[in-house]
This record gives sequence, structure tokens and C-alpha cells, in this order.
Amino acid sequence: MKVIVDLTRCQGYAQCAFAAPEVFAMRGDEALLYDSDPGQGQRERIERAVAACPVQAILVDREGGRHRLSPETSRGLGEEMERIGRIVIVGASLAGLRAASVLRREGFAGSLTMIGDEAHPPYDRPPLSKQVLIGRASAQGTVLPRHDEFDVRWRLGVPATGLDLGGKQVILADGQRVRFDRMLIATGLRARAWPKETAAGLDGVCTIRTPEDAEGLRRRLAAGPSRVLVIGAGFTGCEVAAACRELDVLVTMVDRGPAPLAGALGAVIGRIAAQMHRDHGVDLRCGVQVEALEGDRDGRLRRARLSDGTTMEVDVAVAALGSVRNVEWLEGAGLAAGPWGVACDAGCRAVDANGVVTDDVFVAGDVARFPHPVYGFQYLALEHWGNAVAQAEIAAHNMISPQSRRWAHLALPEFWSTQYDAEIKSVGVPTYADQVVIPQGSVAQRRFVAVYGYRGRITAAVAFNQSKWLEFYAGLINQAAPFPPSFRTVDQPPDVHPVPAEVPVRPTYQATVVVTGHTPGQRRATLVRRPYL
Amino acid sequence: MTGSSVWQQILDHSHRADPYPLYTELRKTPVRQVEDGSYVVSTYPEIVALLHDPRLSSDLRHLPEMGTVSGEGPGLPPSFIRLDPPEHDRIRRLLTWDFGPPHRPGRVDGMLPDMRVIVTGLIDDLVGKTRVDIVDEFAYPFPVTVICRLLDVPREDEPRFQALSDALIQVADPTTGSITERDRQRNKAMANLGQYFGGLLDARADQPAGDDLLSGLLRASGGDEPMTRAQVLANAALLLVAGHETTVNLITNGMLTLLRHPEVLDRLRRGEEPDLAARVVEELLRYEPPVHLLPETRNTLDDIEIAGVTIPAGSRVTLVLAAGSRDPALTPDPDRFDPDRAHNEHLGFGGGVHYCFGAPLARPETRIALTELAQRLRNPRLVADPPPYRANPGLRGPRHLFVDIDAVDPARP
Repeated sequence: MKVIVDLTRCQGYAQCAFAAPEVFAMRGDEALLYDSDPGQGQRERIERAVAACPVQAILVDREGGRHRLSPETSRGLGEEMERIGRIVIVGASLAGLRAASVLRREGFAGSLTMIGDEAHPPYDRPPLSKQVLIGRASAQGTVLPRHDEFDVRWRLGVPATGLDLGGKQVILADGQRVRFDRMLIATGLRARAWPKETAAGLDGVCTIRTPEDAEGLRRRLAAGPSRVLVIGAGFTGCEVAAACRELDVLVTMVDRGPAPLAGALGAVIGRIAAQMHRDHGVDLRCGVQVEALEGDRDGRLRRARLSDGTTMEVDVAVAALGSVRNVEWLEGAGLAAGPWGVACDAGCRAVDANGVVTDDVFVAGDVARFPHPVYGFQYLALEHWGNAVAQAEIAAHNMISPQSRRWAHLALPEFWSTQYDAEIKSVGVPTYADQVVIPQGSVAQRRFVAVYGYRGRITAAVAFNQSKWLEFYAGLINQAAPFPPSFRTVDQPPDVHPVPAEVPVRPTYQATVVVTGHTPGQRRATLVRRPYL
Repeated sequence: MTGSSVWQQILDHSHRADPYPLYTELRKTPVRQVEDGSYVVSTYPEIVALLHDPRLSSDLRHLPEMGTVSGEGPGLPPSFIRLDPPEHDRIRRLLTWDFGPPHRPGRVDGMLPDMRVIVTGLIDDLVGKTRVDIVDEFAYPFPVTVICRLLDVPREDEPRFQALSDALIQVADPTTGSITERDRQRNKAMANLGQYFGGLLDARADQPAGDDLLSGLLRASGGDEPMTRAQVLANAALLLVAGHETTVNLITNGMLTLLRHPEVLDRLRRGEEPDLAARVVEELLRYEPPVHLLPETRNTLDDIEIAGVTIPAGSRVTLVLAAGSRDPALTPDPDRFDPDRAHNEHLGFGGGVHYCFGAPLARPETRIALTELAQRLRNPRLVADPPPYRANPGLRGPRHLFVDIDAVDPARP
């Protein structure tokens, strides 16, 4: 059985953990860890959990479905559809699979080809840095359900290396050319490797992105290393550090910024996260960089030298340095592609280098950047599960819909992270802020809601174990409600006053939400060829 | 029909058997002010929004007209459903400590075999009868037995706490007096129940602590400041009352609904769809829930603008959950009983931080009860449709549910 929980929807009611305690486990008040590949023996209990979920967030043997598509959407496509015989999806990812599912469900009957550089079918990533590392779920079990049901021609293990926009062909590494009438770019990201090649090759230096990465790290952690070094305290780094502590493995986490998660949530909330990690026994060092990773003669990692002057013995180093968008294959294709992804409009149509929207090329998921009206039409580049699913659904719908029936991708960005017994959830764009205030809850107990404001309006909210309130704040963001909030609520701390949000001035390498500032002001753009970072 | 008159009709006992057409009328004005000055909310999106709106309090002590009535007063401190975070959250965590995840994840799951034994015994007792009252002979004794075992309350004390429990349910009916008057009554009944629990605690003071929930309450912690003895008494009383009053109605509404939808009853009887019973329970919670409204214990801490209406600070608000769950905005064809709905995000257990504490218990109780009734009562027929109802518009359910049967089949292995 394949289980996926849409944790963007989940509010931590724990009904699943009551109904199927072997499959769903709570950590603290709201954080949920689950086995994505449980045995058939659990089916009945899991079905009860699915039925009981108050927000209907549990998917069994389904890969997604946030939008309830109405039957009318599939009507009236005839003429449009007849002109589209071939659709190619580049990126055998969550977004790619979701798009394939929607295309078929909406009645697309032509040929569908899915191209992926990894050898295995699409998989679900969130468990890889959480329950897989502590051995509560298997890495192989994260393969997404029903990947084989949509009458798709799979080209797995063969990366796309180029795009011929004029000739409407995708060029593959093996030299083949795949023709398309419509195409979806969903190539996502990869983990940023440790920049020094010799050190990156040491046995014990890892990144985490794929099931193989996660399984490799799980084994190293289970073997009882003397100490793990986590480089970078973004969400992935923090989750890895939390997994280490859960396994009672000693861990040092270093970050060159002022606090963990500061790139995504600002340093004010980052310092709260810092205390949480220290309380759980992480040796956290902020404002510190790793100067060198050194190995022994056998090529095994032995020690790390840090910029604070210390040298420490470590067996395992996890480079959690953020991600790199997989856009190199689009070089020269004429699309507006760069380090922050491939630009598209709110209808997921790719934009070319001149800023003109293309007709036949669509973009979805982590590799896309799209203008968002709530954030001044600036282009957002998101690395969120919920965004990948929602954007893929909209892209797929638009690919086969006439102009008058197209949708816009206007959902507020949302994401979550599970660390120890804390469920951290965010709505909006926390880095799009000048101030932050904590109007509800208790920082000391790490149960609170933080509200972010930019020039007097609310732009984001972040909850630590308070996710049941978050949709209220999402409503305030959508309405551009005034910041700071001045109303009276339950659970108001005695001292509520806004402070500078301390968000990074420029996007940092670890931010998960980035306003990249691509404004429509440029009349003509030129792509500058430069090495991708 | 004016807004207030719809509301009066809903409260009127004569409409208890079928309030749903009135709910349709009510939803035409999503938020309305009624005669007593309080606000009634009946549409799905607005109820969901208010359940997650931190400007809405559950603590009546915020209302100037309540004075000190709801305070510590002569009775007990408010139980956790009448408190706001952080107090509410703390007590709820303490109550959860020995009841469910994260600390006792398998407790309810471990009770399932026992639940089936109780149900089997109650149905065995019906052997030889041709007419049974589903309420008195089944739907009432079953959850009472379960909650007594969970709290380690002597089952034979039932007549004593039942009278007190009845009094508490009575005052939840908004037609039985002004809110201050009912709250005074409520405190009296709570104090009596508290006294009863106080006696239980005293009697077992010198015994080793058991694994029951009540003993757990005294030692629970998980990092939270423990409850005072008065808080333990108030919340134990609440759990005892809420632990069965609502489930009685859910089971009875369930049997009534199945008898009105014989094709679903038949599917349950055949037992070929292992996930059907769970979906039947969820659809019941949407279609015929035991809790129809959260009465005016909720109140606004600030002005709330919703559905074009500004509810001023200091107002009492009633959320008509059962009307919201029949809102076409939630699901198509809402007045049809359909356990096969793909997406059933009903309001049967409320939502937000006050989401029903007992939901994880009520679900398996109802699932097991309805499955066993469907599989063992041969050819069940309703004697009266509609059956006679209890007066209460909020906690709604039949007073009796007489069913004629041909025989009682033996329990399936």
C-alpha cells in the first residue's frame, strides 16, 4: 500500500494515529510521521484513518488531488485536444506524475511521454529527511502510487539535454529527439554538493535528495557514527540534525548565517529554532563555516576544520547547502531560464528570454518561477510539496484547455517542516517582510504563531505547533490586512510588539521561498551565459 | 419567513424529527442575529472560518452579563471545552496523556476487542425478542459501559450519575432558560457530579494507581503543570457525560438512517466491503450528527466581519454544525445519505482546537455497533417513522427507537 499525507492540509488532529497507530505516529502536539509503504495487514486500519481524517488529507494509492476538478472541465476540449496529439513531460517527479494524472483524468487521449534522469519512477521526497532517516519508513517505499497507470511512455534514466523550441523537440542524452505538441518542464532541483570536489568524494560526505541518498545516510546513522556534521541549517539540515538526535547520535550543525532557518524565516524565528535544537542536544554553531573536510588514506572522512578555529573528528558530514535548479539542459533554448528557474506566467506557460509567453511549453514545480499578485507580481521560486502538486495540476489543465477555461496559479505558498516534536508550518512568503510579531501563543513553550508584515500589511505567518490557526492568518494575507494585527484574540502573550524580521536582504542559498524580483519593467532581456552556481 | 422565526422554529420541539428543511432556510442568511441578541451561523465556509478564528472565545467569563456565574464560584472550575488556549490546550494535553498519541498511541485500538465483546453481549440479550428499543437496550448501555471502564467508574453507579448527566444535558438546551440561568443550573449539576468523582477518588486514595483515565489524570504530566484536584473533577465529569450522551445519539441516528436506507444496511450486513462501516460513520456524522449546534458558549473577543455581517465584540455566537454539513458548498447533493462520497470534510465533530476529544472513541464504538446490528438483527423494521425525539435541539436524537425483528442471528466469528 502507498500512503501519502498532504501535510499542507494536515492540522495535527491525530485521528489517524488513533485509528492506525502502527502506521501514523504523532510527535508532540501536531507533528505526524507515517510509514509511506505499510503492509497489507494494515489496510483496514488505514482505510479507517483515511475516512476519519477531519481535513481528508490522507491519500492511499493515489498521488495527489488537492483540487477537486469539476466534471465540466473536461467538456468542450474537443477542438483544442485534437490539435494536441503528443505531450511530453520532462521530469519524472511528483509534479510530472501529478500532471500526467490530471491530463488523463481530464480526457487527454494522445501520447504521453515522461522523461526522467533518475532510473526509478517518481517518488515522494518529504519522508526522506524525516521518517526514513530514523528507520520508520523505507526509502524505496516512497515511490509514488499509480505511476504505472496512466498509459505513459517512460524514458527513465535518460536525461534531457536540450530543447528545440522551433522544431518542438526534446533532445535526450542518448541523442534521440522526442517530438511534442505541448511540453511540460518539471525538472525540479538537485542538492548542492560540497563545493570542493576531492572532499566531496570522501566516504562519509553526503547530500540528501534521492531515495539512494536517504538510504545511504540512514545506514550511516544506524551504524552509530561518533559524530555527524551537518553543514547548513536550512530545513533539510535541521531535519537531519533532528533525526540524528532522535537516534541519539551526536551532531554538530554549522551555518554561516545568524541562526537556523534564518534564510527562510528570518533570524527572529531562527533564534527560536536555534534554542530548540540546542535543547535537544545539537552542538549548533552559527556564523561558522566549514573550511575543510579531511579524510584518511583510505578516502574516509575523518575530521572537519571550522572557521571558529576548531577541528573536530567526524565520520559523516551532510552537506545541506540548499539546491540547484535543473535548468542547464535549457541553455540556448531561448527560454527565460536561469539560476532561479524557468519563468512562467500565472497560467504556468513558459516565458521566453524576451519575456514573451510561449504557447506550447509549460512549467511546474520547483523549477518554475511565477509572478504572484499578492507579492507585487514578483516572481516566486518555491520548493514546496504543495506548490509542486497544485502547480502541476494547473499546468496540466491549462495544457489541454482553451484560453477561456484556463486557471491561474494564485495559491498562497505553504510549507511545513517536522523537527523533533515541532510541526513548523508557514503560509505566505516570510522573507517578504520588514517586521515580525508574535500575536498568539508562547515562545517559551514553542507553541506560537508569528505574523510577518511588509510596509504595513500582513504577508506571511509561521506557526510552531499551532497549525489549526494558520488558515485564519492565510485569510489575512489574502486580504492584505494591516500589519501589525491589532485585534484581540485568545492566547495573546502579554507583550506584543513588532520587531525587525531580520530576513536576508538578498536571497540566500538555503531559502525555500524566494522573491527574485524579476519585474516586467525590462523591455528586452538578454540571457547572459554564466556558470550555474 | 423572518430570520428570527426560522430560528425559533428550529428550537421548537415540534421540528425535532426533521430540522433539515429549516436549515436550508437558515443558510439563506449565513450569519444572522436572533431575538436574544446572539448570532447564528449556518453555512459551511463561515463555520469553518469561525472554528479557526482566534477572535472567538469559548470562555463565557468574557461576557459582561455572565458576571461571576461561570467562575470558580460555588461549583467547579470550567472544564476544558469552556476554556481558551493556553489553558484549554494544557488541560487537553493532560487529558490526552493516558488516552492517545503521542504518549498512549495504541490505547483506543487496544479497546476494540473489548468493545466487540460488550456489543456481542448486548445483542445476545435481545435473543427471543421480536421488538427491541435500540436506545434503551443497546445504544445507551454500550457507550456507558465503555466510558465507565475507561474512567474506572463503577457501572452500578449508573443511575446516580445518569440523573446528574441528564440535568447537564437539559441545560444545554437553549429553550430551557436564559444563558445565565442555565449556567447557574449547570454549575449546580457539575458540582454534584464533581462530588461524585471526589468520592471515587477518596475511596481509591490508598490503592495503587490503576491504568484508567481518571488515575492517569492525577499523575499526568508530559511537561505540563498538572491539574488541580478541582480541575480533575470538572474534566472527569465532562468526559463521563460527553463520553456517552453523544454516542448514544450517533448510534441511534445510525440505525435509524440505515433502516431508512436498506441498500446500505444490506451492504453492511453482507460485510464484503471492509472499509464501508468507517465511511458510513463519517457520512452519519455529516448527515445525521448527534451534535447539531455549538450553543452560544462561543463569544467574540473583537469585532468579526464575516459574510457581510460585523459581529461586534462581546457577542454570543451559535454555530449550527449540522446545517453547515448539509451546505451544498461542502458537497454536492448534501441531503442524500451517501457513504461513498469521495471527500467528506464534515463538521460532525466540530473543528479547530476544540475538535471533539472523544471522536477517536465514538468512531469505533459506532462502527462496531452498527456493523453488529446490521449483521445480527434479522429483517429489522422501524415501528414508527419518525421515532419520538428528545427535546434538545443541540444534542439531537430519538428518545426511543423501536425496531421489530424476526430473530437475532448468532455473532459471526
